[in-house]
Amino acid sequence: MSVLVEKADLSLKYTGHYNDVKDLLTEGSSDILNSKRNKAFQDFVMQGIPTRKNENYKYTNLQPQFSPDYKFIHQREKTELDLNQAFRCDVPQLDTHLAFIFNGWYYEENRSVGQLPEGVILESLEKIANEKPELLEKYAQLANTEEDPLVALNTTFAKDGYFLYVPKNTKIEKPIQLINFLQANKDAFSTQRNFVYIEEGADVKMIMCDHTLNLNSYLSNSVTEIFLGANAHLEYYSLQNQHNKTTSLNSVFIHQEKDSTATTLNSSLHGGLIRNNLKFILNGENAEANLFGMAFIDRKQHVDNFTQVIHAKPNCMSNQVYKNVLDDESTGAFAGRIHVVRDAQKTNAFQRNNNLLLTDSATMQTKPQLIIDADDVKCSHGATVGQIDEEALFYLRARGIDDKKARLMMMNAFAHEVIQQIKVEPLRDRIDELVDKRLKGEVARCHECAYNCEC
Amino acid sequence: MLTIKDLYVSVEGKEILKGINLEVKPGEIHAIMGPNGSGKSTLANVLAGKEEFEVTSGEIIYEGEDLLELEPEDRAKKGIFLSFQYPVEIPGVPMVNFLKTAVNEHRKFRGEKEFTAGEFLKMMRQKEQLLDMNAHLTNRSVNEGFSGGEKKKNEIFQMALLQPKLGILDETDSGLDIDALKTVAHGVNALRTPENATIVVTHYQRLLEYIVPDHVHVLYNGKIVKSSGKELALELEEKGYDWIKQENGV
Repeated sequence: MSVLVEKADLSLKYTGHYNDVKDLLTEGSSDILNSKRNKAFQDFVMQGIPTRKNENYKYTNLQPQFSPDYKFIHQREKTELDLNQAFRCDVPQLDTHLAFIFNGWYYEENRSVGQLPEGVILESLEKIANEKPELLEKYAQLANTEEDPLVALNTTFAKDGYFLYVPKNTKIEKPIQLINFLQANKDAFSTQRNFVYIEEGADVKMIMCDHTLNLNSYLSNSVTEIFLGANAHLEYYSLQNQHNKTTSLNSVFIHQEKDSTATTLNSSLHGGLIRNNLKFILNGENAEANLFGMAFIDRKQHVDNFTQVIHAKPNCMSNQVYKNVLDDESTGAFAGRIHVVRDAQKTNAFQRNNNLLLTDSATMQTKPQLIIDADDVKCSHGATVGQIDEEALFYLRARGIDDKKARLMMMNAFAHEVIQQIKVEPLRDRIDELVDKRLKGEVARCHECAYNCEC
Repeated sequence: MLTIKDLYVSVEGKEILKGINLEVKPGEIHAIMGPNGSGKSTLANVLAGKEEFEVTSGEIIYEGEDLLELEPEDRAKKGIFLSFQYPVEIPGVPMVNFLKTAVNEHRKFRGEKEFTAGEFLKMMRQKEQLLDMNAHLTNRSVNEGFSGGEKKKNEIFQMALLQPKLGILDETDSGLDIDALKTVAHGVNALRTPENATIVVTHYQRLLEYIVPDHVHVLYNGKIVKSSGKELALELEEKGYDWIKQENGV
């Protein structure tokens, strides 16, 4: 009984907070964002902070993550440092249109974006909602607040994040790189809301990097909606490299029209608790979705990847490969749902999840789920949870390679299948190196920032 | 170089080797023949240091050292090389990385400077010619998608790169057609020096036409039941293993 009360209290804490800050949330925000808050809030109240009874959160207990008294960042705060100066990307030859996001807010003084092709807009969501609301007509259409309490909570609190618009037939040669920094003087809760609209025939690569700048506890709850027009192409790379006291909750929705291709690749290198929700809707014939993911976790870290691909039209292709390396007492989960709707004939949908457990105390839960309402489809799924292949290990050792190095080679080999899917070459080389360092147990910072935060 | 004294080995509680004695001197080639299940591969794997084989008694002295005390990687660096009967496929580990790492681990051990990528590639190309290795194979992952013959050639190719003192060829001839067999044998012969030795483990006499042994031993039921010169291999070919079985009271 007391546990139930506690859980109810936890959700109450967040609902109470909403009532306290309602004015603050609507202040300065466009009607587009404000008009969704009440409904989203009601949906959140209905669902509450997810418990393990929620089938979709069965393997990720979020209750402890929501318990601390976080500082909420509902207003844009001035940063003391110039992020343009503080950040020096040390990835050689990685030339990008670079923008920063600070505690969920699009940084006002982004000066590293460079020259974008004509018509492309990379801006603050808050600003676009106020100044060009017509570009946000589809806001909150993908991110359904009734289906997920985290999305409901995000929509309730949403004020800013990044906005990207790419007009018809525009190819952006250089990747767009968005770097999320978390830094507050105490434990903090950040909400980030992003919106991406890629028109017909456009071609974009995006690189998202998540970092923390000090050792406080953080909970970041982000939602990203991406609309991909007909024959448009998107590569979306996400690099999660935070610390053991961070909770990173990410919900990404991608809606694809005919002949479009989208490839997402998520690398979880470091973080206390990471939950990635990734939902695709293939809403036009011949659309192709590739979902790749890899995670390297140790100590008491937890990573949960939850994917859903809805094949809503015939002749689409989806392919998922997720790989995890779990050390110490770390825990992982993967749930992948493929839903082929009625009449989505000639669907090809594949899914694979392979896991390498380095200790007896690491655990992995993996759950494929196929819902198929059409009769002419090719679907497959497979999952493995295992240890390093002892035969292969002996083979390497018998050639003079010591046990530790041989294991490392095998782990790198395991991750290689996902790493090689990175088409931006300098990024691939860098991630390859980071993964190698991570597997060696060396702290792998993605960049050399000026803070020396030791996190 | 190698002295095996009264070696007993068990696998999962089952005794496989029951008192093996063998003396290998530098420059020699020893053939170990025997019917299936006689313990030939067990002997080869014990020498390389495979852990699931439990040595219950006896000893192996290699170059004055207790071999059984050494980890597989240290045995390799001290010059023991096992050509695997079933080379393992390791997807994701590129051949070139694997070979360069192995060669440089050996060089480090000998106190030599590690090869740079360029130096290594140059050396590797030379050895490829010796084994008639198709260069595209070294661009793949270790043994991945190799045919049976390619895998075996790749073993001898690795032997050429690592230049062991004691090479142990475990059924290297199985699965090879006659041309591949000749190439492999040519490779092994080209690597011979007065200082190194080879143990050829085989079921058939065929390979021994190309790699001519100084000594032939017949292993049966965990024991060496016959040792003689190269003529023993021919005699076995002619009479078959039943001859040995009958002589040993089966």
